[in-house]
Amino acid sequence: MHLLYDIFVSPFAQMVGAPDLLVQTLWDGLVSGVLYALIALGFVLIFKASGVFNFAQGIMVVFAALTLVGLYQHGVPAYAALALTLVVMLVLAFGVERLMLRPLVNQPEIILFMATFGLTYFLIGLGELIFGGDPKVMIASQLGLPSGSYRVTVARGFVQLQKIDIAAAIIASIMVVGLGVLFNRTRIGRALRAVADSHKAALSVGISLEQIWVIVWFAAGVVALATGIMWGARSDVSFALEIIALKALPVLILGGFTSIPGAIIGGLIIGVGEKLGDFYWGPLVGGGIESWFAYVIALVFLLFRPQGLFGERIIERL
Amino acid sequence: MFYREVGQFKSSYAADQALLPILQDRIGIAVILLVAFVAVPLTASGFMLDSVLIPILVFALAATGLNLLTGYTGLLSLGTGGFMGVGAYSCYKLATIFPNVNIIVLILCSGLFAAAIGTLFGLPSLRIKGFYLAVATLAAQFFLSWCFIRIPWLYNYNISGSIEVPTRTLFGIPVTGPTASSETRYLVVLSIVVVLTLLAANLVRGRIGRMWMAVRDMDLAAELIGIRLYQTKLLAFAVSSFYCGVAGAMLVFLYLGSADPESFSINQSFLILFMVIIGGLGSLLGAFLGAALIRGLPILLRHAPAYFGVSLQSATVEQTSYLILGALIIVFLIVEPHGLARLWQIGKQKLRVWPFPY
Repeated sequence: MHLLYDIFVSPFAQMVGAPDLLVQTLWDGLVSGVLYALIALGFVLIFKASGVFNFAQGIMVVFAALTLVGLYQHGVPAYAALALTLVVMLVLAFGVERLMLRPLVNQPEIILFMATFGLTYFLIGLGELIFGGDPKVMIASQLGLPSGSYRVTVARGFVQLQKIDIAAAIIASIMVVGLGVLFNRTRIGRALRAVADSHKAALSVGISLEQIWVIVWFAAGVVALATGIMWGARSDVSFALEIIALKALPVLILGGFTSIPGAIIGGLIIGVGEKLGDFYWGPLVGGGIESWFAYVIALVFLLFRPQGLFGERIIERL
Repeated sequence: MFYREVGQFKSSYAADQALLPILQDRIGIAVILLVAFVAVPLTASGFMLDSVLIPILVFALAATGLNLLTGYTGLLSLGTGGFMGVGAYSCYKLATIFPNVNIIVLILCSGLFAAAIGTLFGLPSLRIKGFYLAVATLAAQFFLSWCFIRIPWLYNYNISGSIEVPTRTLFGIPVTGPTASSETRYLVVLSIVVVLTLLAANLVRGRIGRMWMAVRDMDLAAELIGIRLYQTKLLAFAVSSFYCGVAGAMLVFLYLGSADPESFSINQSFLILFMVIIGGLGSLLGAFLGAALIRGLPILLRHAPAYFGVSLQSATVEQTSYLILGALIIVFLIVEPHGLARLWQIGKQKLRVWPFPY
C-alpha cells in the first residue's frame, strides 16, 4: 500500500507542490532529448539510405569534436578548424564508402553492423593516437556560442535556462529543417529516397549508390560534428561521450529506424521521460536508473508498436 | 588425399547418426583432446595458461551460448554480458550460502539462474525482431549492470562492491581462490567446456536444433510447418543464457578470481558478439576460433613491439592495438564474411583433393 502510494501518488504531489522544479526537470529533459535526437538523426540518415545500422555514429560524434578541439589546440583558428573538421569528415565518408561499404555490398545486415563496430574501434584508436586520450574543453565561446544562463520565474520559484542549450535547440531545428528540405525538395534528396526504397531499383534508373553513400555518411558526419560541439560544450570532450551513442538507441526504436520526425520526437520523449523518471521515481529504487529507464520506456512502446512510433509498417511475406 | 571419406561404409543406423561419422574427424578430435588434456598442462607456462588459454576457453563457451541464440536461432542479442554476470553473481551467492557443496555443481547451477533471467528477457522476442530485438536486449544488459551495482546483497555488502572468490577444493585440491594452481583451473575449465560443447553439438543436430534453424531461416514458414515459435525462441534464450551464465561463473571463479560490475559491462557483450561473427555464425568451431582470435590478437599486438625490439609507451601500444583490431575486423569481414569456420571448410576441401587442384 505504502509502495503504491510512493509510486502513484507522491511523485505527482511533488510535481504539483513544486512547479518550478518540474519545469526545470522538463527543460533538462528536453535539452538532453535534443542531443539524443541529433545522434539518432545520424543513425536514421545512414540506415535509411544504405540499410546500415551504423554503430559508429556515437564515436563519430567524439571523433569530430576531438578533431575540432585538437586542431584548435595546434594553433588553427576556431573557424578554420571548423572548416578543416568538415573536410576531415568528408574524407572519412569517402574512406568508409571506398574501403568498407563497397567491398561489403550485398552482405547481410549483421555483417555491415559488425563492420561499423570495427570502424568504432578504429576511430577510437586513431583519435586517441593523434589527439591523446585526456578530456579536452570544447571551444564553444571561440565559435561564437553563447554562455551563461537566463533565469525565468515560474510560480514562486525560478528556472535556469542555459543559453548554450537554447542555441543547441535552435541549431538542431535548423539542421532538421535543412535535412527535410534536402530530402524532399532537391534532386539529391529524391535519389536518397529512391536508394532507401530499393537499392536495385535505384541502380537500374541510373542513381549512383556510391555517391549517395558518400553524401549520407558526410551528412551524418556533419550532424555528428554539431552534436559533438553541443555536447562538448556541456561537458568535456572525451571518449566517455561514447556512451551517449547507447542512449540514442532507445530513441531509435521508439521513433523507428527510418523516420526523421520519429528520431526527433523519440529523442524528446526519451529525454523527458528519463529525467522525470530519474528525478521522481529514481529514489524509490536507489537512484541511477537513468542508465536503463530509457530502454524500459522504449520497450513498453515497442510491445504495442513493434516498428516504433513512426517506422514503416513491417509486412512479412512468405 | 588426407581427408577422404571414400570407402568408409556405414552398416548401422547408429554409425550413420554418429556425431563424427568420418574416421579422420575422430582421430583429429582425439588428438586435439589429448593435446589439450595432457600435453598442454605439462608443457605450457603459467602465463600461457592464465592469460591465454583459460580466457579463450571461457569466452569460447560464452560465444557458443550466443551462437546458439544468434547463429542458430537468428535472434540478435546484446545482453550477453548481463547474462554472464547473472551466472557469476548467483554462483557467488550459492558459494556463500552452501559452502560445502561441490563448486562444479554450483557453477552449473548458476547457469540455471542465468537461464531463468534470460528467458524473462527473451519474452519480447515474439513481437520484436532484428535490430529492434537487439536494442531490447540492451535493456537487459543495462538493467542487470545496474542491479550488480545497486543491490548490495548480491556482493555480500562488500565495501569495494566487487566479489572475491573463496577457496573451494575438489578431492582435497584447491580449485578456486588464490591458492589454486593454473593447471588445476585450466583442467576444470577445459572439462566443463568440452562437456558443454559436446552437449551443444548434439543439441543443434537434433530436433531442437532443427527447430531453431527453421525459425532462423524464416520464422513465419517455421510456424506454418507446426513449430511453436514462442516456445522455440524462449528455449533458445534459456539454453543460450545457461551457457553464458556458466561462462560468467567460470570467468570469475576460475579466471579472474574477483570481479566487479565492470567485468560484465556492455563492452563484454559486444566482444562476444564479435567472436561469434568473426568465428562464423551457426558454427560451434567458429565460436572457438573467434574467441581465440579476439582474445589472442590484443595479447599478440601488445607483445609484438617488444618482440621486434621497438619500445613504445604502453598508452601508444594500447591505442595502436585498438586501431589495428578495428581495421582487422573490417578486413576479416570483407575477406571472409562467413567467418573463420568457413576457412576450415575450404581447407578441408583442399585436403580432400590434394595434391590435385580439384
